[in-house]
Amino acid sequence: MFGRILQVLIKEAIELYRDKWGRFRLIVPPIIQLLVFGYAATFEVFGVSTIVLDLDHTQESRELVSRFTFSNRFELVEVAGSQRDIDRAIDRSAAAIGIVIHPGFANLLRKGATAPVQVLVDGTNSNSALIALGYVGEIAATFSQDYAADLVRRTRPESARMVQVTLEERPWYNPDFNSRWFFVPGIIGTLMLMLIVNLTSFAVVREREVGTLEQIMVTPIRPIEFILGKTVPYFLIGLGEVALVAGVGVLWFGIPLVGNPFLLLLGTSLFLLSTLALGLLISTLCVTQQQAFATNFFVLNPLFILSGFSFPIASMPEALQWFTYVNPLRYYLVIIRATFLKGVGISALWPDMAALAAIAVILLTVSILRFRKSLD
Amino acid sequence: MRIGRLKAMAVKETLQVWRDPRSLMIALLMPAMQMLLLGYGFSLDIKHIPVCTYDRENSQQSQALLKHFQASQYFDIVRVVGNYPELTRAVDAGNCRLAVVVPPDFTEQVSVLGSGKVQAIVDATDDNTAQVALGYAQAVVAGFAAEVQLDATGPQVQAAAMIQPLSVEPRVWFNEDLESRNFIIPGVVAMVMALVGAQLTSLTVSREWERGTMELLVSTPVTPLEVMLGKLIPYFAISFIDATLCLVFAVFWFAVPFRGDLLTLFLTTAMFSVVVLGIGYLISVTIRNQLGASQIALLVTMLPTTLLSGFAFPIDQMPGIIQVMTYFVYSRYYVTILKSVFLKGLGLGALAMPVLAMAIYSVAVAALAARAFHKSLD
Repeated sequence: MFGRILQVLIKEAIELYRDKWGRFRLIVPPIIQLLVFGYAATFEVFGVSTIVLDLDHTQESRELVSRFTFSNRFELVEVAGSQRDIDRAIDRSAAAIGIVIHPGFANLLRKGATAPVQVLVDGTNSNSALIALGYVGEIAATFSQDYAADLVRRTRPESARMVQVTLEERPWYNPDFNSRWFFVPGIIGTLMLMLIVNLTSFAVVREREVGTLEQIMVTPIRPIEFILGKTVPYFLIGLGEVALVAGVGVLWFGIPLVGNPFLLLLGTSLFLLSTLALGLLISTLCVTQQQAFATNFFVLNPLFILSGFSFPIASMPEALQWFTYVNPLRYYLVIIRATFLKGVGISALWPDMAALAAIAVILLTVSILRFRKSLD
Repeated sequence: MRIGRLKAMAVKETLQVWRDPRSLMIALLMPAMQMLLLGYGFSLDIKHIPVCTYDRENSQQSQALLKHFQASQYFDIVRVVGNYPELTRAVDAGNCRLAVVVPPDFTEQVSVLGSGKVQAIVDATDDNTAQVALGYAQAVVAGFAAEVQLDATGPQVQAAAMIQPLSVEPRVWFNEDLESRNFIIPGVVAMVMALVGAQLTSLTVSREWERGTMELLVSTPVTPLEVMLGKLIPYFAISFIDATLCLVFAVFWFAVPFRGDLLTLFLTTAMFSVVVLGIGYLISVTIRNQLGASQIALLVTMLPTTLLSGFAFPIDQMPGIIQVMTYFVYSRYYVTILKSVFLKGLGLGALAMPVLAMAIYSVAVAALAARAFHKSLD
């Protein structure tokens, strides 16, 4: 039995080795994907292009404007002369936010009334717009607080003491709120899912499409031996890929790997087993590579979007949240992020490990059974 | 070019697509799937953040503060812990995103000194959620402080303390309710087109090489231009059907506003189609195996379309060099056009620049693709 498995292994190894392009495609695209993702993927909002129209021209209005100028969240791109300038700037996307201070602003403040500030927002990118509005609110709140404190101090010195409760922020695991730390470990998981499922399903379907599968089946090899021979190389390739991509993540992007690498190895192995099984399962459903490609996409895209890779699972509709429980990527992302950033041990990760192991076992069983049948 | 031969080529290719009902079905189901997945799955609205609390004082004051957290729709108190190790375990295991720690002398801090300190430990692994959570926590604490202030100062100064000097009046344009869906759905059209256009066509010529039918093709009198057109026409039709399906889905299912005109949309969609089909074809001619072709197609079409086009991640937040790169990404122009046509209602005149860029791209790619096929076997 081992001799026959070895033969298939050797055949696969030679096939991979002779395909120079194939080797290139195993190394270069994942690195490019990691780099592009690492640089492009961020939901941070800095330097929002801002246009200001100050029709009040008072100390108070200038004070408010300067708070926007000094915040690194906003960047003043233009001082408008009229409302039309603002409309045009937002229409042309030259500015994302327009702040309008109407005449009489300072008068209202001095009288102790509420002074309105109009904020025009380009809502096309709803997420950035919401975050930017949040920052506008923060600036307005501190301005309000300072102004009210000042007013109380001036008018009623006896009750000048203000009660303050401050929130001391202690961000753990990612003290600078660096998006890259969040995304890069996630990319490793996503890349592996795509790569291994594609490689495995294409490898089998190709033999079927080209007709070499029949040739193999007339040899004394048993289905299980064929499956092992086909999958073991891809398992090893997967481990190598994880090491490569993680290495680039650590060395190039400076992502810390604070956890136990062996724990990561365990989680990665379980994840790779489930991706291999998924690839095998897809291969039993397809006759041509075009079908395999289309099926892969149909399966992989939901797994990717519904994994918590970039959109928090808690924000999804409940029905979609249920789906994430059968998604191996969901658990792997928890494991890989936790080992990279949190450095927690098996005591915190065992539920995810167990879920991943269960998925791997079920998928492997189903795919092997189906695969044997598809060969008959 | 002979119409007869072109027709024969197109018929052969169409039959090949037609007789593989599964691939065809998947190509036609793609728009619905992508729309539903992204329409429902893409949401950064953060609510019900799991919180654990560690009240080291256990007084009326500290409990009042925690009640404010409980009352907020953004937080769910999932666990109450009694010591730091327990808190650490809860955050480590991801049971809670935020841990609020009230110090043992909180009441004294607030009532005697007038300034209290509350610790907020946040799991910053997901930086975006963490920052949003801290923002909400700040607001909760500020609300609590205002309430204490009101109790402490008598009714005579209440008026002064109650003043809200500044009110922000936001007016949102183009996407008035700030719906994530309106932001993401128009871009999905580009994603589906890139997928169907480039990925499926990337397999058409490499398939002939792999199956050995290339020799047959080369031995016929067909010319390279006829091969290209014949191969691409069925996929052009499929992409157009997909684009229409996307449009119908966006407008009638997700109720995304469509304020522009169909002419602009379909004209630019045709251009984008030519670009992605052409790129898929070029890849297919160059790389003679299907797995490789589909991998490269993924790299040059899907990756830039999802990441570098402004589809989900804002371009102005990327590093300078990446921003420069995005100008070479054809999908950037198409995504800009899509969002503007849907939400802003801009027409060809206002979109002259991106439309021109798309036109140049499509002519260039078509010219390259037309000469790409060589009638030889090496």
